[in-house]
Amino acid sequence: MATLLIRGGRVIDPAQDIDRIADLRIVDGRIAGIGPGETGAGRADETIDAAGMIVTPGLIDMHVHLREPGREEDETIASGTRAALAGGFTSVACIPNTEPPIDTQAAVEFIHQKAARADTCNVFVVACVSRNREGKELAEIGQLVEAGAVAFSDDGAPVSDAELMRRALEYCSMFGKTILAHEEVLELSRGGVMNEGLVSLLLGLGGMPAAAEEVMIGRDTALAESTGGRLHVMHVSTAGGVALVRAAKARGVRVTAEACPHHFTLTDESLRTFDANCKMSPPLRTAADVEAIIAGIADGTIDCIATDHAPHAREKKMLELDRAPFGILGLETAIGLSVMRLIVPGHLGWPRLVEAMSTLPARILGLDRGTLRTGSPADVTIIDPDRTWKVDVKSFRSKSINSPFDGWTLRGRAVATIVGGRVKYRLAGM
Amino acid sequence: MSISPPSPLDSPDAVPASWTHRHLLDLERLTPEEIRLLLDTAARFKEATHGCRRKLSVLGGRTICNLFFENSTRTKTSFSLAARRLGADVVDFSASGSSLSKGESFIDTAKNLEAMGIDAVVVRHTTPGTPHLLAQHLNVGIINAGDGPHEHPTQGLLDIFSIRERLGDLAGVTVGLVGDIAHSRTARSNIHGLLKLGARVIVCGPPTLVSPRWRELGVEVSHDLDAIVPVCDVLNLLRIQFERQNTRPFPSVREYAHLYAMTAERMERARPGLLILAPGPINRGVEVTAEVADCPQSLILDQVANGLAVRMAVLWLVCGPRGDASTMTNGGDGRGI
Repeated sequence: MATLLIRGGRVIDPAQDIDRIADLRIVDGRIAGIGPGETGAGRADETIDAAGMIVTPGLIDMHVHLREPGREEDETIASGTRAALAGGFTSVACIPNTEPPIDTQAAVEFIHQKAARADTCNVFVVACVSRNREGKELAEIGQLVEAGAVAFSDDGAPVSDAELMRRALEYCSMFGKTILAHEEVLELSRGGVMNEGLVSLLLGLGGMPAAAEEVMIGRDTALAESTGGRLHVMHVSTAGGVALVRAAKARGVRVTAEACPHHFTLTDESLRTFDANCKMSPPLRTAADVEAIIAGIADGTIDCIATDHAPHAREKKMLELDRAPFGILGLETAIGLSVMRLIVPGHLGWPRLVEAMSTLPARILGLDRGTLRTGSPADVTIIDPDRTWKVDVKSFRSKSINSPFDGWTLRGRAVATIVGGRVKYRLAGM
Repeated sequence: MSISPPSPLDSPDAVPASWTHRHLLDLERLTPEEIRLLLDTAARFKEATHGCRRKLSVLGGRTICNLFFENSTRTKTSFSLAARRLGADVVDFSASGSSLSKGESFIDTAKNLEAMGIDAVVVRHTTPGTPHLLAQHLNVGIINAGDGPHEHPTQGLLDIFSIRERLGDLAGVTVGLVGDIAHSRTARSNIHGLLKLGARVIVCGPPTLVSPRWRELGVEVSHDLDAIVPVCDVLNLLRIQFERQNTRPFPSVREYAHLYAMTAERMERARPGLLILAPGPINRGVEVTAEVADCPQSLILDQVANGLAVRMAVLWLVCGPRGDASTMTNGGDGRGI
């Protein structure tokens, strides 16, 4: 019997409505109980002193690009999951825009095997909605569910055929699975590299209008409403998008949503440096959009925070803005940015942040995680909420360095990441 | 900040200390004083070279590279001639036939040029911000000769120079920019330069090419050419950039010309002395009819000649000898770059 005791931390588990100083006991890879403060100690093989720390169910990032198979120069399952651990994530859901795309049982199996070999964090597979992500016919969703796919998405190649999207929502509902939708009308954003607004006008850069996102959220929430299917809106970036999700929820549509740290931290003003690290899709929007996203997270319209971790090798980002690919790293800065932008200014309390980064992603993906309930897999993240640290892309575990936050001072950092009862990451000095 | 009067020819061995920039990337980040310094310097060069015909040697021993990733005839020729008039050597580098087609990134290409001992790079590219990117990666002076629809600072300067030559101080002058504002780098450089010098700027064209957001900068927005012709002192007729448009912003060239071409008939309703500019190459019959392009108030050929003077001034300020090296850091463009 292997016992790990995490002593004296602020244990937060929104699923059980727990937020108190306590000891957390882990036995044989499962949560064995939350003890009564100082006295819950008892004998343990290993003890971690978590005084002053926050102890949460392991964080889950439901939107990660691990790039393998096909683009191992950007990231691999091994490197991406090491980055996840360093960022405090015990589970990631990987998005299937790989080469080839994850649209067969064999491809799902490949990811599972690579993840097992890496022996880092848990990797859950999001599989394609349509065969080869072409948006023409459904992938074998039932077979993919049997292979272990937890959700379905064509991500950056949004299903533009409304009829196919309707069928996908209907069909997935039979398995209780959710469609994760990148909401973009491609015709409206064609040629765009940044948000369409005053800054794009001044810089002469192609704009991606907010309407490109909002038109598609409107369509998909209407389809989810009429089919009863489960829709998850990925990376909401506009105030209008937040309002559409809020209105759909009010009507009882089975819709959830996520927001990314970069979308509540930066605005399109960042593009004035012409830094390709600020180029992602959906793009950085305006200050008013940032405000709406933060309000949406605070009031629960936006259920969770996901990073859309999108690594690109350095040489690919060192190109002219219109040739550089869309994407930004997220795993290793997510906690710091969330604390700095959401907790420190008082928009969110810690329990809501934990809910957004663990409880709700687990619920949306149907995972038996995201809680510290006795008997659950012992995925635990220990966070130092007050630690200030300087982002240095050279120290990233990711294979890529495409982060505009290099050199930023952030507050809040994972100091230990525990997966299945094993300490998989420990910040130096912990 | 006080700007000392420019005197390139009185003391040809030093760029005025008030010019602190390492590069010329855009007009948006220049101060009114810096724009005046550029214009005054150009005027002196024009005078000293007898209308840009005589050769000087103030940039003797310097090498300027034209790095053009997009076709250009007049701008490249103008920069080459300006550099030679100042005594500099000029090398041309065009993207076709280079390693770019072999997959080398443009930054690698530019670094090679830097290693060859180039003093300044004149760069044109289809992508906004490319000169800014080069300025971050290379240790040579960068001059933007047009970056996509973003800016074309020397074109903006030469347009303003040409207006100033005829009308004097720009304060209170009303300039109409007509046409494809959305895709025009010339429009952006003109807007920044003109506003900084106190001019009133009106942009005019269909809403698909003229965003109402320009008002946020203090620019007036009109979709009716007939309404603005009588109030303008200057009209700058911008070319329709068919090559930069995703979808056609108007139904037909015929309809566009009907609404926005500057014709002799419209000239009749203009103020006497209305000046006509066009950055060229012009589509005769689309933005402007031949009779207007060739009328006495047309500055189209003045613009070409003045382009030489402006580019001499820019080249000299960017890579001329510095009086006090300590004031020069890459941080001359540290503001935002």
